[in-house]
Amino acid sequence: MSMLRAQLRSELQATMRNSEQLLLTLGIPVMLLVFFSLVDILPTGTKDPIDFLAPGVLALAVMSAAMVSLGIGTGFERSYKVLKRLGTTPLGRGRLIVAKILSVVMVELVQFAVLIPIAYALGWQPASPQWLGALAGVVVGTMAFAGIGLCLAGRLRGEINLAAQNGLYLVLLLLGGMVIPFSKLPDGLSSVAKALPSGALSEVLRTSLTQSGGSSTTAWLILAGWAVLAPAAATRLFRWE
Amino acid sequence: MPAVEVDDLVVRYGDLVAVDHVSFCAEAGAITAVLGPNGAGKTSTIEVCEGYRSPTSGSTTVLGMNPQTEQTKLSKRMGVMLQEGGVSLGARVGDIARLYCDLYGKGVNPSALLESVGLGERIRSSYRRLSGGEKQRLSLALALAARPDVAFLDEPTSGVDITGRQLIRGIVRELADQGCAVVLATHELDEAERLADHVVIFDRGRIIADGTLDDLRRGHDEIRFRTSPTLAVSELSTALGLPVRALGDGEFVIDGDAQHVGALTTWLAQHNEPLADLRAGRQRLEDVFLRLTGGAL
Repeated sequence: MSMLRAQLRSELQATMRNSEQLLLTLGIPVMLLVFFSLVDILPTGTKDPIDFLAPGVLALAVMSAAMVSLGIGTGFERSYKVLKRLGTTPLGRGRLIVAKILSVVMVELVQFAVLIPIAYALGWQPASPQWLGALAGVVVGTMAFAGIGLCLAGRLRGEINLAAQNGLYLVLLLLGGMVIPFSKLPDGLSSVAKALPSGALSEVLRTSLTQSGGSSTTAWLILAGWAVLAPAAATRLFRWE
Repeated sequence: MPAVEVDDLVVRYGDLVAVDHVSFCAEAGAITAVLGPNGAGKTSTIEVCEGYRSPTSGSTTVLGMNPQTEQTKLSKRMGVMLQEGGVSLGARVGDIARLYCDLYGKGVNPSALLESVGLGERIRSSYRRLSGGEKQRLSLALALAARPDVAFLDEPTSGVDITGRQLIRGIVRELADQGCAVVLATHELDEAERLADHVVIFDRGRIIADGTLDDLRRGHDEIRFRTSPTLAVSELSTALGLPVRALGDGEFVIDGDAQHVGALTTWLAQHNEPLADLRAGRQRLEDVFLRLTGGAL
């Protein structure tokens, strides 16, 4: 237990000392949420843009922490032989992975503790939100995104991994129904977008947190598929050195 | 039983044979230098001993354990210093020392540990800001956090300045004196010569010599000297009754012991040849290595 605690502390220190990671996990989601809810230029289709943006930005926060932040951090640890060095200590891979998962969960808790009050302050009024359903979406989404992030981190070299994660982040953000509704995308692209993990997670969160959502069975199935396939692929692809 | 036993080890990467049927031992309380040029198979061998890499064939026993199947148990008693890296650039020195002290759980105090490698002042620095020598000393400190019974140190003094080297050598010596089996990989002969009790020389994946420094040098006395480059080598050789070789640049070597120095100086004086840099006695490790490999490190 003390080894796990020591490694978790080290993971959190690494996240908090890294300004790029803070910008990514907190800065950008907060900025997008505040800016586009005050400047009503997005074709959100809702009366108040915050009703569309709040669930989308929560999904973005999950993607930032579980995929990009975890993926970039782990990729550099691989390049700098941090994983190799830890591999010769009594820590073991199991505890290392648990420490990383707990670290992502704690970052997400901080993100929600910041983003949800801001959304409410900006006038978000979710009618009968199903928080439990949203929480389940966050858990499954975290698995999916962590799997994708680790697939890249486990194969690409430090700087290339950094670029790939950031590029993928941008694509998944723009196509993921986080800030731009699927209805504004061209037909073909819109179907692709809905099949992406970002699209599925924002749909799941939006239906859980807003009354007007309707059924999200398809989105749930897609998200669950990613949550099974991506970590399985990461397990096969990951190279420790 | 030796602390480390490597028996007929083979490591292949595809078609490349990195380690080719290698066997040697390292004893507790002694420093064993695994010496050889880069790419000779030293790191691959050490990685198998650490349990990090699986051998293609052959076996290794470390502290009586199989490093591949009992790695978790072994890791508690093993200190490791990688050739480079091992720490994230942004990590703080104090934090990383604390992490390793906690992971090994031997009750080592992180501040005292950093103090012992001369990094007491750098506790709040990030790893990125350390000099090459300071990074090596931190890496050594992380190995010491295990209070190890066996330590694998890969090029511990590479990129380190003179004072840093002396500090590292002192710590490594002390570690061995406390009973730890220290296995040190190096491509620097000087390092092996200063530190090692026992030397295993690798060349192209094989061991070409194994023994104490005295063993390796025994029976290879020589006389080295400088004079004019135009020295009549064959005449001198005939006069002394010993083989004489020109090494170039006015340097010559005679295969013989120190009792022939008198005859040499007399002959040079008679032929009006100058004499400089005269040295007689056992070969340096460098000469042993050159003799064995016919090449330079």
